[in-house]
Amino acid sequence: MMTDAPILEVEELVVETSGRKPSRILDAISFTINAGETLCLVGESGSGKSVTSLATMGLLPPGALVAQSGCIRLAGEDVLTATPAKLLSLRGRHMAMIFQEPMTALNPVLSVGRQLDEVLCQHTSQTGPQRRARVLEVFEQVHLPDVERIYASYPHQLSGGQRQRIMIAMALLLKPQLLIADEPTTALDVTTQHQILALIKQLQREHGTAVLFITHDMGVVVDIADRVCVMHHGQLVESGPVDQVLGSPQEAYTQRLLAAVPSLLPRPPREATSNKTVLEVQSLEKVFNANQGVLRWLRKPVTPTRAVDDVSFVLKRGRTLGVVGESGSGKSTLARCVMRLITPTGGNIRVSGKQITELPKSMLKPHRKRIQMIFQDPNRSLNPRMTVGQSLIEGPTNYGTSRREALARGRELLELVGLPVDAIDRYPHQFSGGQRQRIAIARALAMEPEVIVADEAVSALDVSVQAQVLTLLHEIQLRLGIAVLFITHDLRVAAQICDDVLVMQRGRLIEYGPAAQVLGQPEAEYTRQLMEAAPGRGWDFAAGAPVKPRFSPVEAH
Amino acid sequence: MFAYFIRRILASIPVMLVVALFVFLLLRLSPGDPAAIIAGDMASPTQLANIRAALGLDQPLHIQFFVWLGELVRGNFGTSLISQTPVLTMIGQRLEPTGSLAVVAMLFTVIIAIPLGVIAAWCHGRFLDKLVMSASVVGFSVPVFVIGYLLIQLFALELGWLPVQGFRSLSEGIAPFASRIVLPALTLSSIYIALIARMTRASMLEVLDEDYIRTARAKGLPERAVLFRHALRNAAVPILTVIGTGFALMISGVVVTESVFNIPGLGRLIVDAVLARDYPVIQALILLTAGLYVIINLLIDLSYAITDPRIRY
Repeated sequence: MMTDAPILEVEELVVETSGRKPSRILDAISFTINAGETLCLVGESGSGKSVTSLATMGLLPPGALVAQSGCIRLAGEDVLTATPAKLLSLRGRHMAMIFQEPMTALNPVLSVGRQLDEVLCQHTSQTGPQRRARVLEVFEQVHLPDVERIYASYPHQLSGGQRQRIMIAMALLLKPQLLIADEPTTALDVTTQHQILALIKQLQREHGTAVLFITHDMGVVVDIADRVCVMHHGQLVESGPVDQVLGSPQEAYTQRLLAAVPSLLPRPPREATSNKTVLEVQSLEKVFNANQGVLRWLRKPVTPTRAVDDVSFVLKRGRTLGVVGESGSGKSTLARCVMRLITPTGGNIRVSGKQITELPKSMLKPHRKRIQMIFQDPNRSLNPRMTVGQSLIEGPTNYGTSRREALARGRELLELVGLPVDAIDRYPHQFSGGQRQRIAIARALAMEPEVIVADEAVSALDVSVQAQVLTLLHEIQLRLGIAVLFITHDLRVAAQICDDVLVMQRGRLIEYGPAAQVLGQPEAEYTRQLMEAAPGRGWDFAAGAPVKPRFSPVEAH
Repeated sequence: MFAYFIRRILASIPVMLVVALFVFLLLRLSPGDPAAIIAGDMASPTQLANIRAALGLDQPLHIQFFVWLGELVRGNFGTSLISQTPVLTMIGQRLEPTGSLAVVAMLFTVIIAIPLGVIAAWCHGRFLDKLVMSASVVGFSVPVFVIGYLLIQLFALELGWLPVQGFRSLSEGIAPFASRIVLPALTLSSIYIALIARMTRASMLEVLDEDYIRTARAKGLPERAVLFRHALRNAAVPILTVIGTGFALMISGVVVTESVFNIPGLGRLIVDAVLARDYPVIQALILLTAGLYVIINLLIDLSYAITDPRIRY
């Protein structure tokens, strides 16, 4: 299917911020994409990959970013100098885009059918029934079920995967020559991600579309790319065929980036350091019942949701237990129950042997300090109006530590998490995402807890920063002997940090055991599906070569 | 949705009852004796007592309340203490001028303010945005009567296009009605145009940053479709809220405009009744306004569900 005619040619593209002191966002980027080819732009946040895609669509935010020089040729037309009318017809007809967040990329107040119909209305002269037939046909192509119903549905009535299929359908309506996909699977579960990637590949084969695929996930690159361009600080660091760039990276940055990708192979098991049980959960159950309140007999009866259903586990001092599962599997509800942020409807939670399941608020206080939480998004979990010091000492002073003592301890903790001591007087916005997550860890440690619950604590971080934070957690654990309940959807991260792994699906425990066993030789069908769907499972990043099949019982000779 | 509608109607009954009780007590407990006002300064105590008995003012308060409430339910809002005309007739006569003024003013507001707000948001930070925003400051800060007199000066006296004041019923023909309603409606709407243009702009600015707006642009839609089809509907809920409350406020806020343009409407009826302590009229007017608020609130809530499919009752 590959031909030599380039669909998109980007030459020496320079994008700067507008204003008196322009700073360079893209520094002379050049690449081409041929028909039927997938080019992956990879890089960490701030590397300029999304700006490249927006510039290609002619969608740079006016008044904020300006293309200073270079050109972007699509179908013989320079996007940067095209008239507004020409640009409108280029979008949709010759290029189309899929965005990262299917939850917000569709207009919530228009039916999805109408949102696709609009594209045909704008760019073709088809009649109403023709347009409807075409939309339904494309829905079939992206394997949506029950297309008539979907046509009339609103975005909030559909799942994330279905919405992303709608976005893809929308992009494919006019059979564009170029499809730009900006992190199209980042917000999706692994199994859905797997399906969407397969769908993009299949449609590309059928229509010979050129795909510009933007991602930060090296696993996805392995699965989808023909060629790769690595971006760093607005520059194109390295580019070439996927095997070459991943197999024998030439540039130091690419090598570092690849080295930071956690392997799917579980790390060697750690020696147990202590036999003391710090957290014990028995047949935990949380049912959300909508049929409550004074007016319950007036409402329609709703089936109760069993968010956590009969989950048991034991966490020992100094160990890490990973809870993995897709969205809606009940991992976060489990974490909240363990933290007693919500009250479970059944089962037992023991922290250091003390039953806390049904303690009222006032009696819970002494136990709260033993179990602390780190949240997913460090940009939002720290109060922007409090200095780092204020955030660090708030907990301990609530428990009676003097301010001076708490501040001294705060400084020690900042050193422990690898931040300068003067950080104590600064505000969260003065730090990067990774630094903020370090602050969040320091804050959790300030209470000298026995257990830390980390809910997707590294999911919002770039892979190199993620590696640093994981190392930090590992070191702290060795030093202080804290137990960690690590909640994640990322099997790679789970494989690298967890001693034990608990797999959840729809609130139920599917598989529970040592990481090497659960992730290495999964017994449950669901765990196997999850492992199969993990992007880039066929590539060993450490070795820079494809991995041998792992799940087959007998090695092929 | 229908069940919700019925529930809301039923729920408004206790609200109206509380309003009725409040209105009744507030006026009865305030100083000033209506019998004394009717009788005049020269009346003897016997005359006063007779008038009280005739009006039922000598009964205990709770009896007065239930008598009054019973009459209300039967549609009898009483007779004015001053003019002896049934209150309902008085209000009926005044309803059309005020109603048409409010409706036309709201129409002007919506037609002018929403496009202004949308355009201001679209040109965020540029000249047109600043122009609209400065104009809205003027709209807010210049008193209604000043705007009224300025409009009269320009369009009625200088240009002679429109009559200076007065009101003609719509039943007397479109032309006389329209020529007399334009200036007062513009006057009344000035502050609401300023308010709703600002509201629309703020709400649009928020929506224009959303991902689906980028999607709409990436589809190759023209800006007009992006702004009005995709952005405005999403920005609608706060704008509808302000339009609804604005309309309700308008009914009670027309006094100045009605005075400037000499329109025999509800606003002036309220003022006259309050000055004369004409209880039945005041009570009926407050109840009417409260009922109007309840209905408009219900309509606003229902309109949310129409503009936003995620809202279901």
